[in-house]
Amino acid sequence: MGMTIVEKILAKHSGKEKVTPGENVWVDVDVLMTHDVTGPGTMAIFEEKFGKDAKVWDKEKIVLVPDHYIFTKDKHAMRNIEYVKDFAKKQELKYFYEPFTTNYKGVCHVALAQEGHTRPGEVLFGTDSHTGTAGAFGEFATGIGNTDGAYIMGTGKLWVKIPETMRFTFEGELPPYIMGKDIVLQVIGDIGFDGATYKCMQFDGEAIHSLSMEERMTICNMSIEAGGKCGIIEPDEITVEYVNERTNRPFEMLKSDEDANYSFTKVYDATKLEPVVAKPHSPGNKELAKNLSDVKLDRSYIGSCTGGKTADFVAAAKILKGRKVAIDTFIVPATTKVNESLDKIKFDGQSLREIFVEAGCKVGKPSCAACLGGPVDTFGRTHNTEVVISTTNRNFPGRMGSMDAPIYLASPYTAAASAVTGYITDPRKFI
Amino acid sequence: MADIIKGKAYVLGDNIDTDQIIPAMHLVYKLDDEEESKLYGKYAFSGLPKEAIGDTPFIKEGEFESEYKIVISGKNFGCGSSREHAPFALAKAGIEAVIAEDYARIFYRNSVDGGFLIPYETEKRLIDEIKTGDELEIDVLKGILKNKTSKKEYVLKELGDVKDIIDAGGLFNYAKEKNYIK
Repeated sequence: MGMTIVEKILAKHSGKEKVTPGENVWVDVDVLMTHDVTGPGTMAIFEEKFGKDAKVWDKEKIVLVPDHYIFTKDKHAMRNIEYVKDFAKKQELKYFYEPFTTNYKGVCHVALAQEGHTRPGEVLFGTDSHTGTAGAFGEFATGIGNTDGAYIMGTGKLWVKIPETMRFTFEGELPPYIMGKDIVLQVIGDIGFDGATYKCMQFDGEAIHSLSMEERMTICNMSIEAGGKCGIIEPDEITVEYVNERTNRPFEMLKSDEDANYSFTKVYDATKLEPVVAKPHSPGNKELAKNLSDVKLDRSYIGSCTGGKTADFVAAAKILKGRKVAIDTFIVPATTKVNESLDKIKFDGQSLREIFVEAGCKVGKPSCAACLGGPVDTFGRTHNTEVVISTTNRNFPGRMGSMDAPIYLASPYTAAASAVTGYITDPRKFI
Repeated sequence: MADIIKGKAYVLGDNIDTDQIIPAMHLVYKLDDEEESKLYGKYAFSGLPKEAIGDTPFIKEGEFESEYKIVISGKNFGCGSSREHAPFALAKAGIEAVIAEDYARIFYRNSVDGGFLIPYETEKRLIDEIKTGDELEIDVLKGILKNKTSKKEYVLKELGDVKDIIDAGGLFNYAKEKNYIK
């Protein structure tokens, strides 16, 4: 019996020939990512357990990306940034993307990829549940808590239970109105909000491998929304090109064996996919966009690690160009690089930013912003009973701030089309 | 960990996510400051919708700890964020064990590795049988739950391969016992 890609990566990192689902192994970690919300707690545990003067296991393998609560007057949030800044300085961390400097990047999961920290065959842990995003690069990437993060900081190792792998194959060509978000919302809706608990979700098939890295990241990012331990896509030429443009580090391209064992398989006909929306209050509460046209909206939000990348704004701009939004529409680039692309990328001589401003959107600064509520002065945060369509990844009660504001999750196409009409709108109306 | 956990039950439904356990706006208090970290207890379960709690708040107005000691929940408890603040907040509020049908992976792991509480699983859907306020007793050694109010007993699923970490009181203690770290 062969191994899946995830089994191969974890076997290699635990010094074993073969691993089997259910087995616990200690793995060597290639990258530990932490940020401003979970960083201080992780660092405090590290200092408590290893000593005030202890050094981290490898100052080049910890990537510190403050991104959650940056543009706020909240004194606690600002204190967190100072805390991680002091730690980075004391530990001489090589990769600290400091807010309010030219080195600031924005949302960690997108910044990790853009700065060359996501590489095939590696093991990446992050103290954020959406760390699974990096599975798009053919690596094992998953979210952990402060204690596990602190343990890695001191030792470079962590115990991992080998997950079973579920395989989702998308055959055929994707229709032009379907995005990574539609694909993953379809899958979560099909298997249920806890359908992949403790398991790895492997995505493959020609439709998946036709996608850009940004679109693949959206899919792997939301594997956690089905309870998945990680999402993964085998590396291909598109992966290699993206990675080699951003880092000189060598990496290993691993793939699942032909006779690998999957605990579940499902094959989709990509040509039949339709735009999907997740209704409140679960990412698994699936409905087709076309069946929700009577849902009146107050707000459209296009941003976050799953919906605020360059490809997401290119999609939104295709619909918003020459049109006006009917509701409050917030545009939040995930990173400073994405922000720059809003000015660089043009349609008929008009930049993405100009298209959004002319359509009546409010464009914010790169960060997580209102994706997870946050301090009361957060850009785009809900405060009352706003009905929101959002390209973010989670729609739990109170997720974007107010407990009384229902959130519908959708692709940037659907969020943009809905912004124009003020009702949930199937983007095929405009594409 | 104590051999017996005693206290009142607080009963919730399925898919209790980490934003409901501790909303994102409260993730800013220091975890290692004794006074400030009490706020995590104060705001534990403050993200639960009104319909989930009815007339029985988890934490009474002005309090930092709950009168409840054991959470009873359905499927997929702790789904969502990786925030360790979630099991930490429940522990600060005085919760010693959660009994659910199953858990989201990161919450389960954080509860165990941080040594905050015991995440028990059950075959039976206890939320249909146990009511908020029932007096419960968990025999930790035998893995048995007794409902003193209804006089019913339930067998909890074995803790399996995380039992040693729970017994040690968390990942660091466990690693020290095993001589993985000094």
